[in-house]
This record gives sequence, structure tokens and C-alpha cells, in this order.
Amino acid sequence: MRIEKRLQPSRAMVLLSPVLALVLTLIAGALLFKMLGHPAGLSLYNYFINPISDWYGVSELLVKVTPLLLCAIGLMLCFKGKVWNIGAEGQFIFAALVSGYVSLQLMAVEGFWVLPVIIVAGALAGMAWAAIAALLKTHFQASEILTTIMLNYIALNLLLWGVHGPLKDPDGYNFPESALFADHTLLPLLSEDYRVTVAIYIALLMLAVVWFVLSKSIFGFQIRVMGESAGAAKFAGYKNRLLVWSLLLFSGAMAGVAAVSEVNGPVGQLIPTLNLGYGYAAIIVVFMGRMHPIGILIASFLLGLTYVGGEMVQIEQGMPKSIVGLFQGMLLFFLLACDLLIQYRLVLPGFGPIRLPSDRTKQVAS
Amino acid sequence: MDIAFIDNVLFATVRTATPLLLVALGVMISERSGVLNLGQEGMVLVGAALAFIAAYVTGNMGWGIIAGAFAGMLVSVLFAFIALSLMANQVATGLALTIFGTGLSAFVGADYVGQSIAGLSPISIPLLSSIPFIGKAFFAQDIMVYLSFCLFGGLWWLMRATRLGLIIRSVGENPEAAHALGYPVRKIRYCAVLFGGAMAGLAGAYLSLAYTPMWSEGIAAGRGWIALALVVFASWRANRVLFGAWLFGFASILHLLLQGYGYAISPNLLAMLPYLVTIIVLVIMMQRKQGGSDAPRSLGRPFSPSR
Amino acid sequence: MRLELLGLSKRYPGCVANDAVSLKVEAGEIHAILGENGAGKSTLMKMIYGVVKPDEGQMLWNNKEVEIKGPAHARQLGMGMVFQHFSLFETLTVAENIALYLDPSELGSMAALRQHIEQVANEYGLAINPDRKVGSLSVGEQQRVEIIRCLIQDIQLLILDEPTAVLTPAEAEHLIKVLKQLAAKGCSILFISHKLHEVNALCDRATVLRAGKVTGSCVPRDTSPAEMARLMLGDGLTLTKAFEPGPSGDVLLQLKDIEVPPTDHFAIHLRQLNLSLRRGEIIGLAGVAGNGQDELVDLLNGELSATKGQVLLAGEPIQRLGVQQRRHKGMAVVPADRIGRGAVATMSLSENNLLTGCITHGAKAGLIDWKVVSARAERIISHYKVKTSGKTEMAGSLSGGNLQKFILGREIEQAPQVLVCFHPTWGVDVGAANLIHQQLIKLRDQGAAILLLSEDLDELYLLSDRLGALCAGQLSPVAPKSEVSLERLGQWMAGQFDAQHDKETCHAD
Repeated sequence: MRIEKRLQPSRAMVLLSPVLALVLTLIAGALLFKMLGHPAGLSLYNYFINPISDWYGVSELLVKVTPLLLCAIGLMLCFKGKVWNIGAEGQFIFAALVSGYVSLQLMAVEGFWVLPVIIVAGALAGMAWAAIAALLKTHFQASEILTTIMLNYIALNLLLWGVHGPLKDPDGYNFPESALFADHTLLPLLSEDYRVTVAIYIALLMLAVVWFVLSKSIFGFQIRVMGESAGAAKFAGYKNRLLVWSLLLFSGAMAGVAAVSEVNGPVGQLIPTLNLGYGYAAIIVVFMGRMHPIGILIASFLLGLTYVGGEMVQIEQGMPKSIVGLFQGMLLFFLLACDLLIQYRLVLPGFGPIRLPSDRTKQVAS
Repeated sequence: MDIAFIDNVLFATVRTATPLLLVALGVMISERSGVLNLGQEGMVLVGAALAFIAAYVTGNMGWGIIAGAFAGMLVSVLFAFIALSLMANQVATGLALTIFGTGLSAFVGADYVGQSIAGLSPISIPLLSSIPFIGKAFFAQDIMVYLSFCLFGGLWWLMRATRLGLIIRSVGENPEAAHALGYPVRKIRYCAVLFGGAMAGLAGAYLSLAYTPMWSEGIAAGRGWIALALVVFASWRANRVLFGAWLFGFASILHLLLQGYGYAISPNLLAMLPYLVTIIVLVIMMQRKQGGSDAPRSLGRPFSPSR
Repeated sequence: MRLELLGLSKRYPGCVANDAVSLKVEAGEIHAILGENGAGKSTLMKMIYGVVKPDEGQMLWNNKEVEIKGPAHARQLGMGMVFQHFSLFETLTVAENIALYLDPSELGSMAALRQHIEQVANEYGLAINPDRKVGSLSVGEQQRVEIIRCLIQDIQLLILDEPTAVLTPAEAEHLIKVLKQLAAKGCSILFISHKLHEVNALCDRATVLRAGKVTGSCVPRDTSPAEMARLMLGDGLTLTKAFEPGPSGDVLLQLKDIEVPPTDHFAIHLRQLNLSLRRGEIIGLAGVAGNGQDELVDLLNGELSATKGQVLLAGEPIQRLGVQQRRHKGMAVVPADRIGRGAVATMSLSENNLLTGCITHGAKAGLIDWKVVSARAERIISHYKVKTSGKTEMAGSLSGGNLQKFILGREIEQAPQVLVCFHPTWGVDVGAANLIHQQLIKLRDQGAAILLLSEDLDELYLLSDRLGALCAGQLSPVAPKSEVSLERLGQWMAGQFDAQHDKETCHAD
């Protein structure tokens, strides 16, 4: 078997590759469970089906989808423009710290404006954290990959400092946690029975906005050009700094809102472990979702499922919770490998190229 | 300030610098050959976990070290296959390796959290170790620190004076031309990536066998990433990598010093120092170098020989 | 017989690069491979040298059948190759580059190698400092390194891929001398070119390729250029006739004492540029690549700013305006790099039309009207005869000539007052080049001013009303075409702008 370059990249494979990656991940997962002495079928059932077999499970999935989708919306724009913002995690944590602080300050103040202020504070904090990376990139040519990663670690230490120090609950028996937020500073629930908040609406709204910007606006077009070919963008006179700043600020704001959705939602206080790696998982969401709004919506459900599924096998079968990271890593690896098939196709000796019905290939004149 | 104090500071600096030096030397080789592998953090973690498990199970530190290097190399094969053979985006593949390695190490190491081993013990070299100031730092360390010195010396010589070093540089500079001269670009890059993986694994082994010695999730604490920045700082040169590693090592133990002097700063805030220093150094370097023009020309670009 | 090819073929997905090519080269023979861009010349040379593996066919080396396993094997047999896009390592020194080329067994100490390099350099009059970094050498000097690299071992066949394309006329003449010296010693030479006069002056035999097939062979001395051109292009095509001079009017674009310091150490310092471009004329600027052409185009496009001097468009200073503002005022630019500057390979033609077109068409209040954009793309495709499956095809899958027609069409559709055109027909087939030339003349006749930068002297003489040259970031005088002899232009390209004081040295010296 050998590979051969396609004349045109295959559009079908762009869509099929994530599906293939998922199948391969499931196969690899089954082998892994088997190796560890767990029944493969049951384990996969517990991981991928059992968690969403009732409405409560589905609602818990939505709880994970909300911050994932918000982070992924911002990252999608960044990656479209080839701005490698790996810092959604840090922007999320810093925003959580700031919006948590604001929430604690507003414990005793009631008013319709309290929640909007908290959300804006979170968004601004995320933007501020992303602005550091933007400044370092546009004015000091420092690679945003490295600076955003470093900022992630700095933000994490800031959070630890906060919950061990000034923001620690004085009545909390010296646990490194803030006080529980007052009810009026929490995002309204969609239903009393579930933990899903209105933040899911914000996420869906922003998804629609980004879709519109990317497909209809000159700004979105310029982002795509910048990502596909920096030289062409420069030639056409697009303002690189402005684009980089807007992308980083926007994704910072989205990570900030995601933080509010989590801290002022299901968590309800500041704790040292409030980050479950949504900022990193959102990167996978964007790649799995093919940097397309509909795609990342689907992918955020899949990645959300890796979280709730991980919790399920932890409870049901006593697997370590780190299996979540393992599945996420495998997904991304398999995806990148399968993406080869967008540009290339497999040729089996004696059979000729494997064709998809939608392949538009020109006949070779020989 | 007495001599013993300075002795101890230098000793701790070299110890702290060792994992950074090991990773960064590996990064230097793979980047010189034109491959940008952002999966260092993941490889360090896998190396650390496997080294600890092997040492714990066999009770032998030597097996731990070997297991660490081997594990690092094994996961780097994943990267090499996807990024070099399947020509996927190197940035994305590196990130995938870090995410995967973080998960894998936490998963396999889950049963070993909180277990303890004896750890590597220092080997004092007679006479040399009693030289004031530098004796303790350079001649009373454990075997892996000495190993890192040897690797440094070897790689410095490799890149400076050997034909192989020249070939590695040529592959990273202009793979098409190297291919046209008949050098096996992909093979060389594979070797460079695998070597980098082994080095990252060794660094992990040092963390879990000598530096702490124990296993905990995320024990690398960003050292893989710092090493990547360190190589930029060192403009891909071995001697500057060594110097940079010591500088970062010193920055990392600064908080111990400050605490020693009785400054009451939160340890969490002080723990930010190495990351802050990384950013600052990166910024200073980019100013001086006008956008890092020392970088190997084809860094991060996939290469496909068309035959 | 030094080399014999029997029915060599190479196929790539979507095209046949070489179709059963047969060829014979005697010892000491200088053999030309003639053909248009894309005729398969480079692929054939790469197969001989082992860079590319043939799908079919046989190769005989000194009358024995061989299968070349790779370039190293080819070198062992006594072949050497000078590539079109040099295969040198810019951050390494000359000596290091040559060391990489040699087999470890042949390579003694670096000191001995240095001596050997100097010896070979002296023998052929190819002066070079072995310790210079290759990146700091001019294009001509880099080619010397490539040639020395081949000559340093016992060589029986030297392959050169369009070696004179990057040289000034004087440098090219020197190269031809070196090649004759080599051939006299019994070394065979395979020489790719599409310049007929060179082939006439140098070669013993010529083989002509068209669309991957051998379409004829001849003895250049006994064959007229017209006959060779017919073999190259086929019967159907005629060479373009010269155009009438343009209706030159008042000054439209003016450069006054422009000074642009280099932004990095590979950039050229533009000094003291003065130029007046009139309505309805084409000024052609010759020059060896890397003498400030890129910088001049960037300056005019608005990507690079001058520290001194003025750029005036119809009397109005525009040096402070950005790319898009200049386009609003009627500037348009066709860049040298089609992919990566002029177009985005992974985007459709519609979208590529929007790249610069959005400034004048298809966008309102920041929103795109895709109907207008598509219609414009379709118009460009039909007006400029772009061969494509449609406006949704990716730019990257078009052939060079077709993409160039599209880009040129896009810029002309903007109805520019001033068009800066860089290498408009580089790597483009004859048919497309003809169309591009006609479109440029048509635009000029409508009263636009065109600045044409090209390395193709034939094209410059064909299109320009006035001619000049760039050398080392400086501009020669600009004079009407009829007053500029080829020799004079060659002097300008070498930096000798003034016959009395020809002290100026050129970057490509």
C-alpha cells in the first residue's frame, strides 16, 4: 500500500476525518480497557453511552459543553488566523479569579446589574490576560505559543495565591477555597432540576455571531487570508497588528465568559482545581470541528462527553480520572493522522486508488 | 555571605538546571534538523512517570533512567510518524503530544502517586568536590547531572566540529537541497526527533528519580515549555543552552533564597518567577535578534521528497 | 558514448513530465536541452542525476547500463549538477557547503579542502573566498560555488539547469568560456536553456522537448533560430510582433530622491531613486534578481516606507498612505510571487478576486456581497481566458500561466492609473505570455502608466517604451528603447551607469 497526492484536496475527507478519528479512538480505547482487564464493551458503554442515557446525564453534558464551546469559539477565530493562542486556559483562570473577586465583593449588593457586571468583569479580565500575549507578539515579536503557555502557569499560580491568601474563606476551616457565592451572583439555571445555566444561550449566540463574521464580513475574510497566507495579507495591505489584537482580545473575552459560566455556575466559588483543562480541550474541539461553527458545536459535545464519560468510568469501574486526558490526546493524534487523507489517498497494489464517490479527479492523460 | 551558602546556591542551581539542560539539548538537535516539536512537556511527563514506575518496581535506579529515556523516545515516535511521515502540522502535532503525554503519564502513574523511593544519591568526586564555590556544584552531584555534562560536551562537539553536525544543520536549513545532495532528510529528522524524545525522557527521569524523588501528576511543571523558550534564547547553540539553563535554574531557586532571607512573599507568587523570566528573556532576545533570524530556516516546515 | 537514455518516462498525478525520452551525449560534447517552461527539462535532468526516479526506461553510462540510486551515486559515477534554484545552504560557509557535497572518503581536512577549492577556482577563473557565508554572496557568486563544487572531483558530465537566467550578460559570457574550457578537457555538458542565441553560440547538439516528449534534435550551428523556435513551440504558434510605441502623456507617478534603508541583512538598500512615469507609457526595468526589485515593488505597493524622498501620484504625495489607500487612488500591483503574495493557494478564485478586489468591488460597510464578487471573478475568468473548472477552483491547482492571467486580470479590472508589474510572464507558457503582453499594451493604450520589472530582456524590449535597470538598489538612467543597446543595458545591469566613471560595482558583480 502506498500513498499518492490528490489533485485537489478532498472535501469529503475534511468531514470524514474526524469521524474516522473517533472510530480509531474507540478501537484504541477498547484495546486499552481490555489490556487493563476491564471488559471493553461495558467500559465503552460506560464511557460514551451510559453518561447520556438519561436527561440528567444530558444536562451534565451541557454543563461541560458550555465552557468548552465558549473557549472554542474564540480559539477558532485565532487558529483561522494562525494565531496560536494556547492560552485559553490561562485566560480562563485569570478571568475566574477576577470575576470571583467581583462576585465576592458584590455578595451583599442586590440589583439587576450585578450579574452583567460580573460577566463583563470576566470578559475584560480574559481580554487583559490575552492582551499581554498580543502586546508581546505585535511589539516584541515573541512567539505567542510560548508566551501564552507561560501565562497559563502564571495565572494558575495567581489563582493558587488567591485562594490560599486574600480570597480564602475566613470561615472555611482554612481550606484553600473562597466563600460560596451569593445566589444572586450566580447565573440563572435553565431548570431547577439541572445545573445548566443561561450561559449556554450566550455560547450559542456567540457561535452565530462568529459564523456571520467569518462568512459575510471583510474582517472575517481578512482573518482567513492572514491565516492561509501571511504574505498575501501583507501584499493586500491588511493590518496585521489590528487583526492579531482583535483575535486575541476576542478569544480572551470568550475564555473569560467561559470562566464566569463555570465559576458563577456549577462551581459557585473559587477553588484551586476549578480548571479541568477546558482551555486545552477547546483546542481539540477546534481541530475536530474543522474550524467551522457547526463543526465545533458537534465537537464540543464530543469533548464534553470525554469529561462526563471519564467521571462515569471513574465511579463505575474505578478507573483514574486522568483517562480523560488520554482519550482527548488520542482523539487529536488520530485526527491529525487521518487528515493526511485530505491531501493524499491510499493506493492498494492491484486495485488502484481508493476513490470516494465525491472525488473530483482529472483523468491522467498518458 | 559565607562560602557554604554560595556552595549551596550553586549546587541547587546546577541541580535545578539539569532537567532544563537535558530537554533543551534535545530540542536543539531536533530544531537544528528543522523539526519543531512542541510535545516536550508531554515527553518529559511520560519519561518521569515510566522512570519512577520502573525504579519503584525493580528497585534499581539504573532501570529507571533507562526506562525514562526509552519511554520519552517511544512517545516521540508518535510525533515523528504523524509530523514527518504523514506531514501533519508540527505545531498541532506537538500540542497533541503534550496533551496525550500529560494524560498518559497521569493515567499510568495514578497508582504510584504518594509512593516513595530512595532516589539517586550524590557521588562526590574526591578532591575536586572540595574546591570552594564550584566543588559542590559540579563534583558532588548525582550520576544524571554528570551524564548531562557529558551529553552537553558531546553535543557541543557534534554540532561544532563533526560532519554529522554539519549534515543536521544542512537538513534544517534547506531540506530540498540536502535531499538533492542525497542526504536522507526524513531519516535524519526521525533520528533527531527520537533523540530529542530520549533527552526529554531523561529529563523526566531526573525529576522523578533525583530532583523530587517521587511521582505526581504534572511534575514537569512547564519545564518542557521553558526548555523550548530556552533554545530560542540560546539561538540554537549548545554553550548558550548550558548558560541559559543555569540562568533559569537560578531563577527557579530564587524563591528559596528570598524565603531564606526572611521575605514573606507567598510561595505561589514566587513560583511564577521562572515563567516570568522566560517571557522576559524571550522578549529581550527577540529585540536583539530582530525576530530570531538565527532560527533554522525550515523550522516547522514539513518536507516531502518527491521521487 | 558518455551517456545514453532509452525511453525514460516519469509520471506525476495529473501530468506526464517525461514520455519515453531518448538522448545521446558524447564525451566532450556540449548538449543543449531546449524547451518551454514545463516541457519537462528539469525533471529529465533530475532523473539523470538520481534526484527523481524514472518510472520506465534505461540509462547507459559509458556504454554500461546503470540505475542511479541517488545523487550520491551519480556523483560517484562522475556527474555533477548545478541547480536552477541553487541547492546551497545559506548559513554555512562556502567550504562547508562543498564539504557536504563530497563523500566522506574524499574529504580530507578542512584546510586541505580550502586549498583544493582555491586551486580549482584559479584554474577556471572563478574567484571565491572559501570562508564566506553563502548567504552573503551574490547570485553570480553562489553559482560559482555550485560549479566549483562539481569541478572539485573528477567530473565527466556536468548538468546545468538554466544557468544564465540569473546572470548579467557579462557574467553569462564568462560562464560560457568556463564551459568551453571544461568541454575541451573531455567533460560532457548538458545545458538546459530556452535562450536560442546562447544555444547557438555554445552547443554542439540540441534536443528539443515539448510537453515531455522529444520533438526533434538539431545541430544548432546549422539551424536557424526560427527553426529551433518552431521545434520548441510547435507549428501553431507564431512569435509576437513588436508593439507600437505608447501615447505617452503627462507624468503620473514620480519618485523623488527615495531612500529606503534595509530592514534586515538580506534586504537591499534603495538609494537616490528618481523616476518619472508618464501616462500611456511602459517603463521597463532590467536587473539581476536581488538588486532591489523586491524592495522597489514593496515601496510602491505601500508595504515599505522610505526614510527620505517622495512618492507622488499625479502630483499628490502618497508615501504615507497604506496599501489599500493607494489602491483607492488608482495604484495596482502584480507581484512576482503568484502563490503566497498575489494569491492564496488554498482559497477559491472568487475569494482570491476579493483579496485586493474588495477595495473597489463587492463590499459595503464591512460586509461582503458574494454575488458581486463571484460575478467579477467569472468576468475575469472569461475575459482573460483563464483555464479553470470554475470560480470555486482553488488558486493553487491552477497552472502558473493561468493563475498569472487571473491575477493580472484582477488588477487590471480595478482600472488602475498606475500598474506595477513584476515578472509578469515568469514561468508562463507562450500562449499565456502573449495574452498578458497584449493586455498590458491595451491597458497602456487606455492611458495607464505601467512600470515593468523583469529579468527577461526580450520581454523588456518587446513591451517597454523606455528602459532602465536596477543595480544594488540604484537606478540607471532611463532612456527611450531605441537609444538603449543590449550592451548598454548590460552595463547598467552591472552598475556602470555612466561611461566616464564606471567605478560603481554591482551587487551581482
